[in-house]
This record gives sequence, C-alpha cells and structure tokens, in this order.
Amino acid sequence: MSQLEIQPDSHGTDHGHDHDHPDHLGHHWENSKQQFEAGKLGMWLFLATEVLLFGGLFCAYSVWRGNHPEIFQYGSQFLDTFWGALNTGVLLISSMTMAMAVTFAARGNRKGIVICLVLTLMGAAGFMIIKYIEYSHKFHEGFLPGYAFYEEPNASHLWLPLEHEHDQDVAHATLETEAHNTAFAHETIDRDEMPLPPPTAEPSVIPAAGTGPDGLTTNELALETAEFAVFLPPSVIGNLENQGPELDFAEHHKPGEVPHLSHPLQDPDRPPNAQKFFTIYFLMTGLHGIHVIIGGVVILWLLLLTLRGRFSKGYYTPIDLGGLYWHIVDVIWIFLFPLFYLI
Amino acid sequence: MVIDMTRLDTGQMQKPDLAPRDNYLTHTRGIWSWLYTLDHKRIGIMYLTCVLSAFFVAGIFALLVRTQLLTPEGTIMGQDDYNQAFTLHGAIMVFLVIIPSIPAALGNFVLPIMLGAKDVAFPRLNLFSFWLWVAGALFFVLALVSGGLDTGWTFYTPYSTDPNSAMGGMIPAVTGAFILGFSSIFTGMNFIVTIHRLRPPGMTWFRMPLFLWGIYATAILQVMATPVLGITLALLAVERAFGIGIFNPALGGDPVLYQHFFWFYSHPAVYIMILPGMAIISDLIAVHSHRHIFGYKFIAYSSIAIALFSFLVWGHHMFTSGQSPLVNVIFSAITFSVAIPSAIKVFNWLATMYKGSISWNTPMLYAMGFIFIFTIGGLTGLHLGTLATDIHLHDTYFVVAHFHYVMMGSALIAMIGGLHHWWPKITGKMYNENWGRLGFTLVFIGFNVTFFTQFMLGSQGMPRRYATYPADAGFQIYHVISSMGSYILAVGFFVTAGYLLQSMFGGRRAPANPWGGRSLEWQCSSPPPHDNFSQTPTVGDCYDFSVLEWNEDEQGYVWRSDIPHPGEEEPGGH
Amino acid sequence: MSGHDSGGHAVSHKMLIVTCLALLFLTVVTVWASKLDFNELQLPELNIIIAIGIAVVKVTIVGLIFMHLRWDRQFTAFIFVASFVLVGLFISFAMMDTKEYQPEIIQTNSEQVQQMIDALPAAPKSEH
Repeated sequence: MSQLEIQPDSHGTDHGHDHDHPDHLGHHWENSKQQFEAGKLGMWLFLATEVLLFGGLFCAYSVWRGNHPEIFQYGSQFLDTFWGALNTGVLLISSMTMAMAVTFAARGNRKGIVICLVLTLMGAAGFMIIKYIEYSHKFHEGFLPGYAFYEEPNASHLWLPLEHEHDQDVAHATLETEAHNTAFAHETIDRDEMPLPPPTAEPSVIPAAGTGPDGLTTNELALETAEFAVFLPPSVIGNLENQGPELDFAEHHKPGEVPHLSHPLQDPDRPPNAQKFFTIYFLMTGLHGIHVIIGGVVILWLLLLTLRGRFSKGYYTPIDLGGLYWHIVDVIWIFLFPLFYLI
Repeated sequence: MVIDMTRLDTGQMQKPDLAPRDNYLTHTRGIWSWLYTLDHKRIGIMYLTCVLSAFFVAGIFALLVRTQLLTPEGTIMGQDDYNQAFTLHGAIMVFLVIIPSIPAALGNFVLPIMLGAKDVAFPRLNLFSFWLWVAGALFFVLALVSGGLDTGWTFYTPYSTDPNSAMGGMIPAVTGAFILGFSSIFTGMNFIVTIHRLRPPGMTWFRMPLFLWGIYATAILQVMATPVLGITLALLAVERAFGIGIFNPALGGDPVLYQHFFWFYSHPAVYIMILPGMAIISDLIAVHSHRHIFGYKFIAYSSIAIALFSFLVWGHHMFTSGQSPLVNVIFSAITFSVAIPSAIKVFNWLATMYKGSISWNTPMLYAMGFIFIFTIGGLTGLHLGTLATDIHLHDTYFVVAHFHYVMMGSALIAMIGGLHHWWPKITGKMYNENWGRLGFTLVFIGFNVTFFTQFMLGSQGMPRRYATYPADAGFQIYHVISSMGSYILAVGFFVTAGYLLQSMFGGRRAPANPWGGRSLEWQCSSPPPHDNFSQTPTVGDCYDFSVLEWNEDEQGYVWRSDIPHPGEEEPGGH
Repeated sequence: MSGHDSGGHAVSHKMLIVTCLALLFLTVVTVWASKLDFNELQLPELNIIIAIGIAVVKVTIVGLIFMHLRWDRQFTAFIFVASFVLVGLFISFAMMDTKEYQPEIIQTNSEQVQQMIDALPAAPKSEH
C-alpha cells in the first residue's frame, strides 16, 4: 500500500518533472507529501475493512449473547482474567513502542526506530506466547468449538469420576431429567411454584417444536425469567424429595452457585449449548491471533528495512502505515478482552 | 478555482498524433512486460481479457441451463448437474465478471486518464489486485474439479455446510470468492485514494466527470461491504471443515444469521455492479447527445445516496426466510426509498437528451437500451420489495428475470456500451458501425425475449433453480421462448466479439476524439502514450461541448481554434 | 518539495508514555469494575455497559493519540468512525431480528448433541 521505492524506470526519459525525484517517490506523484498523505488514506481504508471484518464476528457475538446471556455468563468463568489482562497490557505497551518508533522515524533517529521496533516485536511475541499458553490449556482440557466440545476423547476423561454404579445411574438420570426440564424452564414463573419433575425412570421426552405439555405453544409461555436468570433446572432447588436419590452435588452446593469445575460437561447445571461460548471465543481470538502474527511479520519487515537504511526524516511512510496496522490490532483486542474475560 | 499557470505541453494537448508510434501498447514488448506491468492501462486490458473470458465460460453454463429447461422433464442433464450449472453460472458471473468488470477493466484504464494523472495511487496494489483475481479464478477451477459446486451462488446454510449434502468443491469455491473479495477491496481502495489525491488543478469534486462519481461511490461500497463477505465465507469454510456450529441449529447456531451476514455484503454488491454502469451511461448520453448533462449535482449526489442506502436494505432478500415481521416491514419500507435516487438519474438522463444533437452510434444505442431495460428492472424490484407480492414471487423466475434485467441488461449492457465508447481510445481503432448496430439489435432483442418471458413464468409460479417442471402447468411455451431468446443473445454476443476483434486488426485508425467528448481522456492520443500526459493538464467544464468542432481530416473532434484552452488567454495555444 | 519532511508532525515521546499509562490504568479500572456486583440494584447489565464504555474510551484514546487522528485530516477519522457505524447498523438489525423469533425456538440441546452427551463414558452400562 505504500510506495516504498520507485520502480526501475523502464521509460527513463519521459519525466517531465522540473524538480529532483527522490528514490522513494513514485513517478505519478508531485511530491513526497502527496504520496505520504495518499498512503495514509489508503491504509485507513484498509483499517476500515479490518474493522468490518471483525464486525461480522462481533455481530455473531452480540446476537448470541443477546439471546442467550446465560451461556456467556457461564462460559466466561472458564477463562483466566489474569492472562487476558496481561495480554491487554502487553499489547498496549507494544502499541506505545510502535508509536515511539514512528516518532523516532520522523526525527530521523535510526537507532531509536530499531529499538522500538524490536520492543514491539517482543510484545507481539509475548502476546502469542500467552495465547499459546491459554489455547493449549483449553485444548488439553477439552474446551473445543462445536461438536468437538462433546466428542470423545476430549471430554470423556473429564467426566465425573463417580465410582459407585448407583451414583453413575443417578448422574445419567439427572442428565436426562435436566434435558427434559430445560425444555420447561421457561415455564417457571415463580421459583416457589416448581412444576414437579417427571419420574427419573422415564426416558426424557423433548416436546415437539412449538408445543408445551399442556398444549400451550412455546411463544405463549412466559419468557422474562428465561432472559437473565442463571440457568438452573428445578431438580437442584426444591422438590428434592421428588427426584429420587439425593445428589452429592445438590447437597454441597447452594442454589445459583456455579461450581468450580475443570469442564462444563462435569456440570449438570450448565446451560444447553454451552459450547457456543467457546466457539465464538476461538473464532474471534483466533482471527485476532492471525492478525497479530501478520502484524508481527510486518514489523519484522520494517525492522529489516530500517536496518538497511531505507528510511530517513523525509521518508518513513511504511513505518507510519505499519504502525497504524498494529494499532488496529490493539484496538480489536481492547474490545475483545472485556467481552470474553470480564462480563 | 486553481489554475496551473505553467506552460502546458500544448502540442500534445491540442493536436495529438494519430496513433503515435510510441503508445502504451508498443512501449515495451514481451509477455513479462505485460504480466508484471505497473501501467494501469495494461492492467485494465488484462482484466478486460480475463473478465470477458470468464463471461464466455459462465455464458456457456447459462446456455446449458436454458437448454435443459426446453422440456419439462429436463433435456440434457440430471438434477445434480443442473444444480452445478446454475451455481457456476451465478458464481462466475457475480464474482468473476460483473463485480470486477466495469471498475477493474474499464475503470482502471479510463480513471487515471480522466484525472489527467499518470497512474492510479498505488500501481503495485493494482497489479496485485489483478493477480488476486487470477488466483480467485483458479480456485473456482479447483472447485470444479474437486467435487463440484451445487449450493447456488448464495451458499445458503445449512445445505452448504453439511459435508454430507453439498458437493466437495465448496471450500475451494469459497476460498476463491474470498480472494476475489480482496481483489475488489484493493481496487476500491486504489480508486478512492486516486480520486481524492490525484485530481488535477481545477478539477474540484463538482467538475469531475460523472463516471468518476459513480466509480467513487462503487469504491466506497467495495471497501466497506466486501469485508463482511470475507468473514462470512471464512465462517462458512470453518464450519464446513470443523463443524463449529455457528450456523447449525443442532449446535445452537442460526441459519438465518448466515443470510444476514451474506446479504449485508451482497446487497451492496449489486450496487457495486450497477453504479459503475450508471456512471458510464451519464457520460455516454451527454457525449453522444452533444449536450451538457442535466442536473449534474443531482446525479452526483444520487450516486452517493445509492451507495449509502444500499447498506440499509439487505433484508429484502430474506422476506420469506424466517426473518421477523418487524424487520421485514422496516426493510421493505427502506427498499422503496432506494429506488428514488435511481429514478432521479433516469429522469436527468432523459432531460439531457432533450433538444440534444443525438448521434445514434453504437454506444448511444446501448445507453438507450440501458434506460429501457433498467426501468423495467428497477420497477419490478418494487414488486419484489413489497412484502405481500414477494411472498408469491420470491424464489420464482420473477426474481430471476428482475435481477437479470438489472445485472445483465443494465450493468452488462452499460459495460458493453462503455467498451464501444472507449474502444477507439483503448485500441486506437474504430470498429465497424453497422456491425455494431446489428450486434446491439441482436443483443437487445435476444435479451428481452429471454427475460421478459421469465417475468410471466415467475408470476405464474415457476420456481427458480428447478431442473424440471410440470408438463401441465403451461410453462413450457415460455421456457422455449426464453431459451430461443438466449440463443439470439448468444449470437449477438458472438457478433459483437467478432467485429470488435476484427477492428483490432483491420479497423480504421481512430482519432483522439471520435465522439466529441470533453473529459480529459479525449485530449490525449488514441491509444494514449505510456505516461498519459507529460504535464498535468487543466480542466474546464467537462460537459461543455461547445468548444469542440468536427474536423474532416481527422474524422474526429478537435478544439475550436477560436476558443482558448482553460488557463490560457489566447486561443490557438502553440 | 521533494526533499521536504513528508510527515510533519510527530507525537512527543512524553505524550505517548502518558497515554500508555492512562490506558493501562483504564485496564485496571475495567477489571476492577467487572468484579462489582450490581445484582442488588436490579441492573446486572451495568457491568456490560461499563466494560464497553471503558473500551470505547480506550479505543478513542488509541485512535486520537497513537493513530494520530488528532492531528490528521478529519476525513480520516470519518472513515474510521463510519466503519464502526456500519458495524453497529449490522449488529442492531441482526439482534432485532433474531430476538423477534427467539420465542419459537426451544431452549435445549439438540437431539444430536444430547445423544453425544449420552454416549460419553461414565454413562452406566447396565449389562456390566
């Protein structure tokens, strides 16, 4: 996007310019300033495309969160805020060093440029290392997007280590109950008035789309409570005597408390489709990570060019433009961090 | 108004050589000097060649589709092959032909010269855009051979993301479209910066030829809308490959969300297709009527208005897809208003022609054809934008006819008109005018026979993307007429290609200004020299044709000897 | 004009460092604020509003200072803002639409996913 050097002129004699033509100036430009401004405009247009590219993913996030906030509230506990905040700090500082490199370039201080670019590069590397730590932990623990979240062997070894067959039966039955009850959860208007859960021996029946058990269509059922409620099936709170053998879990946990688990599949109280959180998490941070790598490559290229003496006080456009790209990578992370780690 | 008072190289300005020996075609020789060129004119030619080749391929698919539908039970292929035929026809036409055609092929050639500039803002990015196009095309070829593509050009989920359903060429095709998206983005970026920064002294925004306004509005759309297509296609590929469930209801995803994603780009995309066409028509009509364009500012502003409005109406493609009634109503209402700027343009064009001195050459015929066809296309868009009628018409041949009227009958016709208009400038040769008129007649008649019958087919219920149809529904006669029309259309295109190619080798030498245009591209020789202009020229009103007169020797228009050039006090220059 | 300083203005190092410190401070603030519980105020959404709000402030600061928008032409900032506006437009329509038809969707794991959960080991094999 920037005119780095003039192409060897195959039409050498056709210049009608009266003034001298520095090497970096494209033959169709009047002067360096015009070229620099054009380069900036071009780069900003490209940044707009990056914003729109991520914008699509932000849209998916917003749509899913708006309709299923419980999934996101539940899922974000599995992300470590410490690493996220550390990443934020690393990117912010690397943004500063990048901007410093541009200032050094404008002042013609080559050594300053090199130091700052190296520091920025270290920031990029640091970010990717932290990302690697986070991702590898996730993959190891079975937090994967989509179907992989549920597939063996990823999740299987994390299953409740229930030794007694009796407990295993209970766990299995509870899951069936939970699946059945989730279909009815939005019926609940008052938590004191729980509908009786069906006997655990019956196989769970998910009602046909659009119809509840008393013939009401789902869109006639009350929804307000479904919206921001922490999602818990009735089997855990109240009516314990109706559900057969007590669960260890219900005994030791207060209603509404989310247990500290290493994987949601251990938690029978998780909201349905809990994997959506991790799907969108990996999509967004993954795409962002790809951009960090691209940014790192760009900075490395700028570093090499600086070392080769390409830039001067009168020409440092690529550094400026590369800096803009790095800042937009930072901007995107500034939005990503709270959306996944904090709220 | 800033006027450059440096002495202009008026020899070149006033009396350009007829086909100077050193022009951009002869400047350097050899295949590599073309493939690695930074000259926007050569890049434009390469785009033109590639786009027209892709048009030919997609046209073959279209003929296959039409031939299939001659008989109710299908004439030549089975359902799966038919699915591939219409998918490839659509995908190639949309992504490889129509979207790049005017901006990349004609725009690349004409835009810098119209600005009196030596090149676009970023010549290497321009070349990179071209090679991205080639890469995208190769991916489509890969898609063909690696399993085929049968999802329709819209790649709707969940069909396209289910590996057990859609054919295996999905991921290469989607990758190809992704790459083509970036080709489009970079072209748009280039044009915006060029228009902002490389205008000559005296050319304020409202002194630009309207072609540039249209290209500018298109470029805004290319830059702002295409990234959303990028992310959509990327998500499709990831979903298909890894089953992440973003559009899959089984995993809590939402297939209608896919449609929101897709159409958020694809509606502005159709305006990317039509805006450059309208831009060409503005210039064609003004030049060939030898009359100042009527309502310059209205046309300029309406180009921008269309660009902005186009972001607000994407849901009208989804009225029957499960979109909520609330949002249906909102999109329908806004869709009505998007017709207004287009109508403003049509009225201004007609007003331009009034009391003009009209030359009925081939470009003008195409412009007339455009107005007729675009009016029909635009009006039938209102049928589709109305919720009640759209329930009946959606996914029928009515929609097919509508978008062919606007995409093919308007955008493509405008492109061919523009190609004829600038043909002398590009090649330095004149084509045979009589053959040109014949070609136009065949194309126009063929087009209308093909697609007007499809309005009737659609309103009677013939669904689109169907390989067969009931024999007793009375559809066959319409299908047969439509297919006959398509064969006439094909003949028309072959005739056009024939005489244009012939002109390249045996045509009459073209003067600098065969039509009497006032914009800057007519003030350099035909074909232009490598550097376009050695000095930045100054501009006056590019629609004031009174300063030109016909010169019998040159068989072209020249500046009148009794009127000074802009920036000079004395007529006659040198 | 060719040998002339092409960029012109350069942001002073001091300003850059101060800006970075401000941004880091805002990061600390947003982490702290996220831990506050607004449930008693019946406003759990306040966490989201505060977090996004602080993020917007941070992005504005990065844009104005690091990305030089404070000293650049207005048109550049217009492009940047316009892209966010378009994203906002997209999000708002999509959210509006999907929210409208949520009542028709059953909130549970799909059959397919439920089967996968059931098929995971530790589900009892009664024959054993």
